[in-house]
Amino acid sequence: MNARTGILGAGLLLIERDLRLAFRRPSQVFNPLVFFLVVTTLFPLSLSPLPSQLRDIAPGVLWVAALLSSLLALEALLKSDAEDGTLEQMVLSGQPVVVLVAAKTAAHWLVGGLPLVIISPVAAMSLGVTPAAMWVTAEGLLMGTLTLSFLGSVGAALTIGVRRSSVLLSLLVLPLAMPMLIFGARATDLAIAGEAASGPLYLLGALLVFTATLAPFAAAAAVRIGIE
Amino acid sequence: MWIWFHKLGSPPHFYRIAGRMTPWFAWIGGILIAAGVVGGLVFAPPDYQQGDGFRILYVHAPSAWMSLFTYIVMALAAAIGLVWRMKVAHAVAASCAPIGAAFTACALVTGAVWGQKMWGTWWVWDARLTSELILLFLYFGYMALRSAYDDQQRADRASAILALVGVVNVPIIHYSVVWWNTLHQAASVSKMARPSIAPEMLVPLILMFFGFNILFGAVLLTRVRGEVLLRERSADWIRAVLSKS
Repeated sequence: MNARTGILGAGLLLIERDLRLAFRRPSQVFNPLVFFLVVTTLFPLSLSPLPSQLRDIAPGVLWVAALLSSLLALEALLKSDAEDGTLEQMVLSGQPVVVLVAAKTAAHWLVGGLPLVIISPVAAMSLGVTPAAMWVTAEGLLMGTLTLSFLGSVGAALTIGVRRSSVLLSLLVLPLAMPMLIFGARATDLAIAGEAASGPLYLLGALLVFTATLAPFAAAAAVRIGIE
Repeated sequence: MWIWFHKLGSPPHFYRIAGRMTPWFAWIGGILIAAGVVGGLVFAPPDYQQGDGFRILYVHAPSAWMSLFTYIVMALAAAIGLVWRMKVAHAVAASCAPIGAAFTACALVTGAVWGQKMWGTWWVWDARLTSELILLFLYFGYMALRSAYDDQQRADRASAILALVGVVNVPIIHYSVVWWNTLHQAASVSKMARPSIAPEMLVPLILMFFGFNILFGAVLLTRVRGEVLLRERSADWIRAVLSKS
């Protein structure tokens, strides 16, 4: 990618590259998904398999499991590229770092977040969630996982130079992700109760727009610090 | 006009000025707090609902205020450090974090003690307590990131970005927690009724607020002097200063 490639072109090239890399190593894609399903299985086993109780805990379980499995995948967002020097070359390529970070985040979400949204109805069904609520949960997770990817890109960029950064990364990102968790779980909760969930969904959308607008700038600044 | 600002950015100058100002801050803050304690514990009448239990408010409310105020000071110092590459500003941000975490912990503990008396349990998921707890986690994250780096400059700049991201998110977190709490609030939890507060109760509270702020200044200056010493330990001016005293 040279400096004459347009901004959009550079972003698309980067997304394409990251997707190709991810599909060469499919386990990287599947592990967080399996983790998500395993975690949701833990709760019926540890609490109770009664459908009425499962339905009560379903929003919390689904959202916390999604949050944790997305966090697990976050470390891979920039780490390997930073370690082998690719990230440094990308920054030196003359393209705006903001676009590079946003493109990498988008690719990361396409590989990690979107499949999670797609299989979330399976996990929701196993917890006895009604079909209408499944749809709302998937909608919420669509926005929630994307928000988390952008938030996480800041955390991942800040911890580029840190060894064994995954726990630190969680410590940085989890407090910032709490609003998302609150609105998302509430949307699922309302939908299970058969009420309109559009309020929390709108708030999730607002969070997404806000985070997607600002987080790439913070992440780009952090990348510059991380590779110097 | 900005000369004083740039002078403050020079470590030796800052070290000297801060050393001269610290006793003033410490004495004024100490006296205000002493007056507030006497006024709050002795002269203020017991609350008609909460009896003497409300008196913990005189520590709790200023601590809670300071926990947030310290975060804002930290973020401001971090921004100044990032924009003007001022070493002292980074030292200020680094020194703010443990103080802010201490204020937050103090607000949480006093809140829990008060809750034990008023609500009958040590912890309720009250909106203010919960957002205070998340604030504590934010401080911990900041300190963890700072200590994860060996290189001082990278630690400074990376944690500065985190402080700025945090300060943007604090209002969002707070209001989302309030929103969450109004939906889930248990009936047994009654908020403190706020009728017009009697002047004998209010005056010590105001004294405590100012006292905490000014004492924070003294503690901050002392910590920043320590940071500056640590960071500049190989500089010549340190040897000159230390051999003089």
